[in-house]
Amino acid sequence: MWADYADFLRDRYPDLLAATREHLIISVVSILLGVALAVPLGIYLSGNRKKLLHTAVFSIANLFQTIPSLALLAVLIPLMGIGMRPAIFALFLYSLLPILRSTYAGFQSVDPAILESAKGMGYSKAQRLVQIQFPLAFPYIMSGIRLTTVYIISWTTLAALIGAGGLGQLIVSGIGVNKTELIVCGAVCAIVLALLADRVLGAVEKRFSRKARTSLDASFI
Amino acid sequence: MIRFTDVSKVYDDGQRVLNNLNLEMKEGEITVLIGPSGCGKTTTMKLINRLIAPSSGSIQVDGQDIASIDPVALRRKIGYVIQHIGLFPHMNIAKNVGVVPRLLKWDKARIAAKVDELLAMVGLEPQIYRGRYPSELSGGQQQRIGVIRALAAEPSVILMDEPFSALDPISREQLQDELIRLQQELKKTIVFVTHDMDEAIKLADTIILMNGGEVVQAGSPERILRHPANDFVKSFIGKKRLQADNGGLPDSLPTVGDVMVDSPATALPTRGLAEAMKMMEKKRVDSLLIVDKGKRLVGSVSIYRVLDQYGDESKTVADVMRPIEHAVGTDTPLSAALQLMSTHQLSNLPVVRGDREFVGLITRGSVVRHMAEVFTDANQDAGTNEDSRGGTSPFSMNTGTAQSGKPDRDEEVRAYVG
Repeated sequence: MWADYADFLRDRYPDLLAATREHLIISVVSILLGVALAVPLGIYLSGNRKKLLHTAVFSIANLFQTIPSLALLAVLIPLMGIGMRPAIFALFLYSLLPILRSTYAGFQSVDPAILESAKGMGYSKAQRLVQIQFPLAFPYIMSGIRLTTVYIISWTTLAALIGAGGLGQLIVSGIGVNKTELIVCGAVCAIVLALLADRVLGAVEKRFSRKARTSLDASFI
Repeated sequence: MIRFTDVSKVYDDGQRVLNNLNLEMKEGEITVLIGPSGCGKTTTMKLINRLIAPSSGSIQVDGQDIASIDPVALRRKIGYVIQHIGLFPHMNIAKNVGVVPRLLKWDKARIAAKVDELLAMVGLEPQIYRGRYPSELSGGQQQRIGVIRALAAEPSVILMDEPFSALDPISREQLQDELIRLQQELKKTIVFVTHDMDEAIKLADTIILMNGGEVVQAGSPERILRHPANDFVKSFIGKKRLQADNGGLPDSLPTVGDVMVDSPATALPTRGLAEAMKMMEKKRVDSLLIVDKGKRLVGSVSIYRVLDQYGDESKTVADVMRPIEHAVGTDTPLSAALQLMSTHQLSNLPVVRGDREFVGLITRGSVVRHMAEVFTDANQDAGTNEDSRGGTSPFSMNTGTAQSGKPDRDEEVRAYVG
């Protein structure tokens, strides 16, 4: 049995690498798009007291989250056709809520006393945002992105159903031709990818926020 | 100098927090804004750096109307210290202190030199503290940083919003003392908000007492203590400082009951010598009064007698105590008690009621304290009935006593109790 896998890997590893590359592109692009929209939106919401707007934004983001992924992908076919684009769009929608939430929570968590003293000492609004609020909220934002990344990577396997490629393609073909090696290799690669991404982002989070976080914790005591 | 001209503040909901305020905060002085919560003192202070905008009236800082200055630029010229300290947790101490100079784009070397100078000024070794983070400092140290952060860009005006009220009493004392010391050197125009009268008296050159959005009285601490404008001021200053119009016993001389320490160090006769030692150590006295279960005074024991017999573990304080030779009743006039103490060279005199029931102790410290209180009272209504209190003035106290505050007095009492 191990020999089968060895043979399979030797014969098909270029396909495997190509699929992994596609998989990564789909996941990373959708998450980057999610960050690009959700982080600024979260920042805007946290600095804004319009209750109605908060409710509206969070409801919409919540709604996307509840649509079954298979259904969303299927609905997107008539709208955007098949391939990578609709897959990226669907995953982008899924990434919005967790990133939005964590950004919002991060900005809310900044001690008002810190903001007051910053304002009183002559930080302009933009300076407060960039030099005070953002660094302090960063650990929260980063942990949201990390969490999102892990599950977006695993959901990207579904994108193969609308012809987006990626590791899901291997699994789908494996099911079609009843070849276990394909299924297992595709799945294992997706798992490894998710774990690696988690590790890397965890390291980034730690590196950039260690000091801020320890001091944050201590200031709550 | 900061000048308020006809300043009012009305919130959108119609709540009037400041009513036609006309104030002056003098150059190089500490002006303390004080009053009950909701009196508008913090609002008044925040008007100065435009954290709050007045509804009408104008405010001038050093002759310039602040409405014409960009708020961000204005705030960089005014130091600001808040109650909750508000250090930036993601910046080390050097960065925190150098915040405003950095905003003002000083060059790096100049900022670093200033930071070190300021740290040294409040007794924090720059080498050690420069690189630390706020969370690694105690509350008192953090607020020291808060204070020097406000000084960093060398502003002429500093606003302090209850800066020490969240600290423990010891740190608070230390920081107050340090502020006084710094101010002697720096001569900044400081506006200090507090609700603590002791703090106001200790720090202020001028106290502005506010209530309901208006100034009730403004003047030096001395003046406010001596001539409170009305009942509100009196009640705010507190009974302790002004026992002036007690009305009850007109012109009666104080009795020992007024002067005595209520709860001096006492011990039961059955206590062992080691326990007695421990107790003296704890209460920082050199003798204990021995009181039985019925609160009857039976004797006193000094540390020397305890030490003398310390080796004998079976002994109790009852074995080494001395009987009480002199005691007075609560209604005895103080003069008689003082006479007794001076004739017999007593450091203290127990006060008893009825059948030797122990109620308190007269010590030199308690007498001095009482005199200090009486003296401030006497001066307080000096303008109206100077003669009535004339008898108490031989104990001439430095008027600075009121300023130096309670701690000194307490210490003295402690030293003499026993």
